[in-house]
Amino acid sequence: MAHAYTPGLKVTNRMKHSAVRMLPIKGDVMVKVGDSVVADQIVAATYMPGDVYPLNMANLLAVPPKDVLSLMMYKEGHKVEKGEPIAETPGIFGKFKKKYNSPYVGTIETVSDVTGQVILRGPDIPVEVKAYITGTVTDVNPEIGCTVESDVAFIQGIFGIGGETCGTIKFAVESSDETLTASSITSDMKGCVVIGGARITDDSIEEARKVGAVALIGGGMDDQDLKEFLGYDLGVAITGSEKKGITVIVTEGFGDIAMANRTFNLLKRFEGHEASVNGATQIRAGVMRPEIIIPIESGDSEVEKEHEGGYLEIGKSLRIIRDPYFGIIGTVKALPSEPHVLGSGSKARVLEVELKTGESVIVPRANVELIEE
Amino acid sequence: MTIDLENINVILATDCGSTTTKAILIEKIDGQYRQTYRGEAPTTVEKPFANVTIGVTNAVTEVGELAGRKLTNEDGTINQPAQGDDGCDLYISTSSAGGGLQMMVAGVIAEMTAASAKRAALGAGAIVMDVISTNDKRRPHEQIQRIRELRPDMILISGGTDGGTTEKVVQLAELIAPAKPQPRFGSEYEMPIIFAGNKMAASEVELALQEDWIDLAIVENLRPKLEQENLGPARDKIHDVFLEHVMAHAPGYDMLMDWADAPIMPTPGAVGDILQTIAKKENINVVGVDIGGATTDVFSVFEGTFNRTVSANLGMSYSISNVCAEATMPNVLRWVHFDMDERQLRNRVKNKMIRPTTIPQSLESLIFEQAVAREALRLAYIQHKEFATTLKGVQQQRTVGDTFSQQTGGNTIVNNMTLNLLVASGGVLSHAPNMNQTAMMLVDSFEPEGCTDLAKDSIFMMPHLGVLSAVHPEAASQVFERDCLVYLGTCIAAKGLGKEGKLCFNWTLSGDVNASGTCNFGDLELIDMTPDQTATILCDPVRGFDLGAGNGKKVSHEVRGGTVGLIIDGRGRPLGLPEDRQQCQMSMKTWVENMALYEEIDVAVATA
Repeated sequence: MAHAYTPGLKVTNRMKHSAVRMLPIKGDVMVKVGDSVVADQIVAATYMPGDVYPLNMANLLAVPPKDVLSLMMYKEGHKVEKGEPIAETPGIFGKFKKKYNSPYVGTIETVSDVTGQVILRGPDIPVEVKAYITGTVTDVNPEIGCTVESDVAFIQGIFGIGGETCGTIKFAVESSDETLTASSITSDMKGCVVIGGARITDDSIEEARKVGAVALIGGGMDDQDLKEFLGYDLGVAITGSEKKGITVIVTEGFGDIAMANRTFNLLKRFEGHEASVNGATQIRAGVMRPEIIIPIESGDSEVEKEHEGGYLEIGKSLRIIRDPYFGIIGTVKALPSEPHVLGSGSKARVLEVELKTGESVIVPRANVELIEE
Repeated sequence: MTIDLENINVILATDCGSTTTKAILIEKIDGQYRQTYRGEAPTTVEKPFANVTIGVTNAVTEVGELAGRKLTNEDGTINQPAQGDDGCDLYISTSSAGGGLQMMVAGVIAEMTAASAKRAALGAGAIVMDVISTNDKRRPHEQIQRIRELRPDMILISGGTDGGTTEKVVQLAELIAPAKPQPRFGSEYEMPIIFAGNKMAASEVELALQEDWIDLAIVENLRPKLEQENLGPARDKIHDVFLEHVMAHAPGYDMLMDWADAPIMPTPGAVGDILQTIAKKENINVVGVDIGGATTDVFSVFEGTFNRTVSANLGMSYSISNVCAEATMPNVLRWVHFDMDERQLRNRVKNKMIRPTTIPQSLESLIFEQAVAREALRLAYIQHKEFATTLKGVQQQRTVGDTFSQQTGGNTIVNNMTLNLLVASGGVLSHAPNMNQTAMMLVDSFEPEGCTDLAKDSIFMMPHLGVLSAVHPEAASQVFERDCLVYLGTCIAAKGLGKEGKLCFNWTLSGDVNASGTCNFGDLELIDMTPDQTATILCDPVRGFDLGAGNGKKVSHEVRGGTVGLIIDGRGRPLGLPEDRQQCQMSMKTWVENMALYEEIDVAVATA
């Protein structure tokens, strides 16, 4: 037996999910343990220290740095308005005084007599953290944040663009292998998490954004379309901060690839439900995958086994994830133990895959992932 | 602790990488140190293990089993000293687990003190996240915003020659203090800041950085004069801080540090050390490259000066998409001798990025990956050449002859004509199905000129040997020469450009192999020379071409064979491929055939 490669994508109809909601710095937590919260409810808020504006006062007033402190009209900690004078030279016999008006609203933070530099701190920046998922507050870390827990159906995608959002699940296709085009997007999808089947096209993304859909989920997309959507060629897979007005998640990969039936059917079961989605992806140390979280009623319904890879065994279903057979589904036919010389000339451990057509192909073990059909 | 070098017969070395911990055993056989066994195991820094020593014990156990030597005790610790067939006399380790050492550096002028600070950090084995300087074209509040966003393990501040500017240096400190960068290891971590600038500014800097979250260390100025760099003290301090702060926060490292007989070094720092040791011992110029999934490291030693660069987003899996974006697809495809569909290729590249562990199955797929590798290496080498320069800001005496020269110092010290040895390591180079492919990836991307030996690190043991060179230089250099390097052969290449098919140079080979021939512009030829064969090649170039003695001048070089042989390259330097796609494919096809790079490509597979 050998372990099949899997990106560790989780697809499950029920699990307990905890969303840790934290402020970047200390602030106010507005909920308490046991509170019920909805996804777009603000649970914690604070003010970040404002932007810092260094002002080279010695240069601005044309004086030596050591004189700056004595020429400041206010002490450190004083709040100033934009346009308000903050420093003044004594002039000559009280005349020809030179004043410097603050270019920003803020607080005088420091005045240096070594460099003649004044640090002006802009107004505090409000930061709000939402619950993200509908559920119950199970833990509160005072001044820092809280944990919201809920029974959910949970699906991890493989790649996404855009950050957290929530909306109602609505299908735009009939089957998992149907390409999503602009004609399938309708005006009643405003505020919805729209589900496609196979490839998401660039015109469907544009149309979904136009009608006000909050997210678009599909099996795959062409990299060329991604480039057109983003306006640049994505180099490093660290995403989530894009401000494109819509979150896009692909569940399988790049190209024309059908959404796994298991994922499609799970989403279909929850059509009309609220879903929280996040496209943030990071493929490197500390892997982060995009997610679709559907809060469900807590209950005792049977929990399906999570799909998280496993061992290659004869008869198991798999998908080939590398050319020349990319995207093709089959079953494990044989697991030869000896390394095999590939078409590339490299030696690698392989398996024999029986395709749905009845044909058999040899594939490196590194190039398959187990699936449940 | 003092180590008695005379009585060291068995050496165990580990390298704890981000994903794999590699262990090697070095034994003294017939008076010579040889690398004998190797083993590896997954690195166990992450949960659920969260203890690096578990991976080390597993890798060492594998080596022990292969060697028939009990290298670990019952409790998993290293069995020392060697007694009979058990244990080892010396245990050393390197580490890049957990993303290695990440630093932010700052200096007054980008091209001067900030560049020196960057060199110090890179030389110590760090990844430099950003360089802040007073002339980096960002406004101060933008610089502060950037410092806020970064999560460095430590910060190095330089600036000002001794007795030079104080004000600008203190200004840098005044930017860092209010920004309060958040360290990776959580808010309890005291941010180490090393000041290696104008010594007259030290007390003012100390005042500006008097915060409870800062652990400030002051060392000698790394640029005491414009004409002089003094990187040693800053590099040593970086290593100390790495051990005391960064490693101490990585799970299990306190135990590993106890086990090791020498300080644990960052992996790239150790690779740099071994290359410097070899360059010094052999009195040669060396370039080494290590291409990984996410990054490409380039090391060089020219005339005794060491430089290292890390191209953070040039790699073959996590960063493959970035290579294609930076190089552009037409530049990648010029190395492919048949048609490929660009839209399909773009999807393949992204699929490799999101599923980084897949391997090329078809020959077509391998050829494409090797084309990407050429561009990644080429771009990384360009970055290295731009960085490895003479000191900028140095006053130069100019003669009348220099009147029309635009050179103002800061010229690259990387000179391919004087390069003696080019060493390859990293998956795509080390695991190529045939070594001719490795050799040609090196030649196409680094464009060596004159006479250059090509080699590859057999099992990536340069990091281990780097630490060993600090403890036992003799053992390190013996293993490096005998077991570490696999010589691919020698490349003879003419610098200059000419017309396709016109004479470039004549050559005569005498020694273990005797042959002669003509190399026309555009030719690429492979001469059989086995690893044990050496010969002298006499080259007679026509005007416009240089093979080491000057334009059109005869020159002879000693050449060595290897697993590939002797490569005669008449394609000119700088290497330019035909702009026309069809013509480019034809040229590539000829070169592929002459170098016996690939078997006939299966067109059915290529279009599947």
